[in-house]
Amino acid sequence: MSFDYEKYLRPGKLPHIWCPGCGHGIILKGLIRAIDKCRLAKNRTAIVSGIGCASRLPGYVDFNTVHTAHGRAAAFATGMKLADPELTVICVGGDGDGVAIGGNHFIHACRRNIDLTYIIMNNNIYGMTGGQFSPCTPTGAFASTTPYGNPDPVFDIARLAIGAGATFVARTTAYHALQIDKLITEGILHKGMAIIEVVDGCPTSYGRRNKFKSPSDMMTWLKDAAIPVEKTEGMSEKDLEGKIVTGILHRDETRPEYCEQYALLRERAQRKEG
Amino acid sequence: MKKVALIQGNEACAQAAIYAGCRFFAGYPITPSSEIAEVLSRKLPEIGGTFIQMEDEIGAMAAVIGASLCGLKAMDATSGPGLSLKQELIGYACMAEIPCVLVNVMRGGPSTGMPTGPSQSDIMATRWGTHGDHATIAVAPASCQEIFSETVRAFNLAETYRLPVHILMDEIIAHMREKIVFPEEGELEVLNRAEPTVPPAAYKPFDASFGDVPPLAAMGSNYRYHVTGLNKAEDGFPTTKAALVDAEERRQLRKVDVAAVAKNEEYLLDDAEFVIVSFGVVSRSARFAINQLRNRGIRAGMLRPITLWPFPAQRVAEVAKNARAVIVPEMNLGQMIGEVERAVCGACPTRSILRVDGEPITPQQIIDEVEEVQHVL
Repeated sequence: MSFDYEKYLRPGKLPHIWCPGCGHGIILKGLIRAIDKCRLAKNRTAIVSGIGCASRLPGYVDFNTVHTAHGRAAAFATGMKLADPELTVICVGGDGDGVAIGGNHFIHACRRNIDLTYIIMNNNIYGMTGGQFSPCTPTGAFASTTPYGNPDPVFDIARLAIGAGATFVARTTAYHALQIDKLITEGILHKGMAIIEVVDGCPTSYGRRNKFKSPSDMMTWLKDAAIPVEKTEGMSEKDLEGKIVTGILHRDETRPEYCEQYALLRERAQRKEG
Repeated sequence: MKKVALIQGNEACAQAAIYAGCRFFAGYPITPSSEIAEVLSRKLPEIGGTFIQMEDEIGAMAAVIGASLCGLKAMDATSGPGLSLKQELIGYACMAEIPCVLVNVMRGGPSTGMPTGPSQSDIMATRWGTHGDHATIAVAPASCQEIFSETVRAFNLAETYRLPVHILMDEIIAHMREKIVFPEEGELEVLNRAEPTVPPAAYKPFDASFGDVPPLAAMGSNYRYHVTGLNKAEDGFPTTKAALVDAEERRQLRKVDVAAVAKNEEYLLDDAEFVIVSFGVVSRSARFAINQLRNRGIRAGMLRPITLWPFPAQRVAEVAKNARAVIVPEMNLGQMIGEVERAVCGACPTRSILRVDGEPITPQQIIDEVEEVQHVL
């Protein structure tokens, strides 16, 4: 029997805004399968986004959904999770939203190790506004605001998350559809900040300017550039240039989770008070 | 016996927030408001609440809105530079109609200004700082006792109207210590947001058939819904349909009952020829000046807006009819005077007393101005 996605989709909200060839729909399906695997109750699950193409996802799914302001998903989600620690809170959004304008909230949510699952749909570009370069646009690539090639170095989202203190960090691509729900499931079940970067292609705003003639070329790139983390042993930085290292990149079950820490603080405060 | 204490304005604000049912505070350190965060970092966990110091001012506002969406009464406190940073999310709370309270202990500006100096220069930033059309409620207490009662009222207004409500203080009243008598439980009215009673499938977060302030469900309860900062229809989903956008925008502006929200103190106003319109710390100098002027036989009086926004334009217009002049002392370079002039509408002359050097407006400045006006007119 095929999987019933409609059970989790809001009636009447499709078609989505994403262009033909965009991988965001694949990620949406992966998220739904992961939520189903985790048996999350709709009323007890919140999906929080910022602004951008990826951040339109919450409107399509039948949960508590918050389409916040640009870059602020992690900060809204932090307030929601602290107010209701038993609520499952999942953030979704793009690369520009998450690590440019929202970079400060992103790293500090990682530092706190608050129990959020954050899915970053990294398509290397600001798609919704017409293809301006993001912190994840490859150096030298063309965007509507890099007519002479991108002069900026690139953010490695997964490394940023690990460095900032996230305790579950994974990466896959929109091509690796089955790995998406596997990693999101692990992220949801992980107690602490879980970052799942899903590298995606934006044929409309990125591909056209960068010699990806069709959406399938972008998919082929994701397929060819991906290398499972297990196979990277012994490889140098240079060997890995242009590669997308996939799989679970970091997992630490020892660091305390923020809401649990705050509950202990409350107990201390109340003992003192009593 | 009632509990009496000598406490600072900021501490009165923090204590009042707890009285009002606030159980979540997110903030970022900023002078001269930091004591509010310090007090709540101690008190909130003692009563099962939550305090979080966020990574920046914007994050603090975001966390407050998120916590309120999950059903908690929530507050943030800042000063001018923080207000500037929070403006986008103040607009978000207006658009998504999420109650919360934002304290702004005003200091000078623009930019970093004078962090330890008093000011009243955020009047217009409070009203118009966030982009787009929106309703604004701001309360402006003038004493520690009033900081307590107005903080409680600010929460009530936020919950009643599903709006971010501003508490405008200044460095002097925030750091001043005065005797306050703590109200007993139940003595001050404490209001909570209206929650939906319809079956979950029928719930629409902006359903105007329930009035201009529709009930708000807590996320995580039995009601599931969508929230966005985009123009939305009554089901909460974005729309670009002209009629729906227009109806929602107008409802959001209309929902604040100006008469019900209005609160002024009128001091010796009945026979006043010289009407002083002032609020916050300046009103304390004005009261002293009025007493001195009355001793000299000059009939001066004061209209003190306690609800600063919506501005009490109608009342200003009424008192201007019998006045020889309306005088507006304010610690900025002319903000409230514009509202006063618009209300007076030429019924009598208006005069400004402006000060932005980090020192308070003194009673003598007000006395001098009234005496000068008296001779000129």
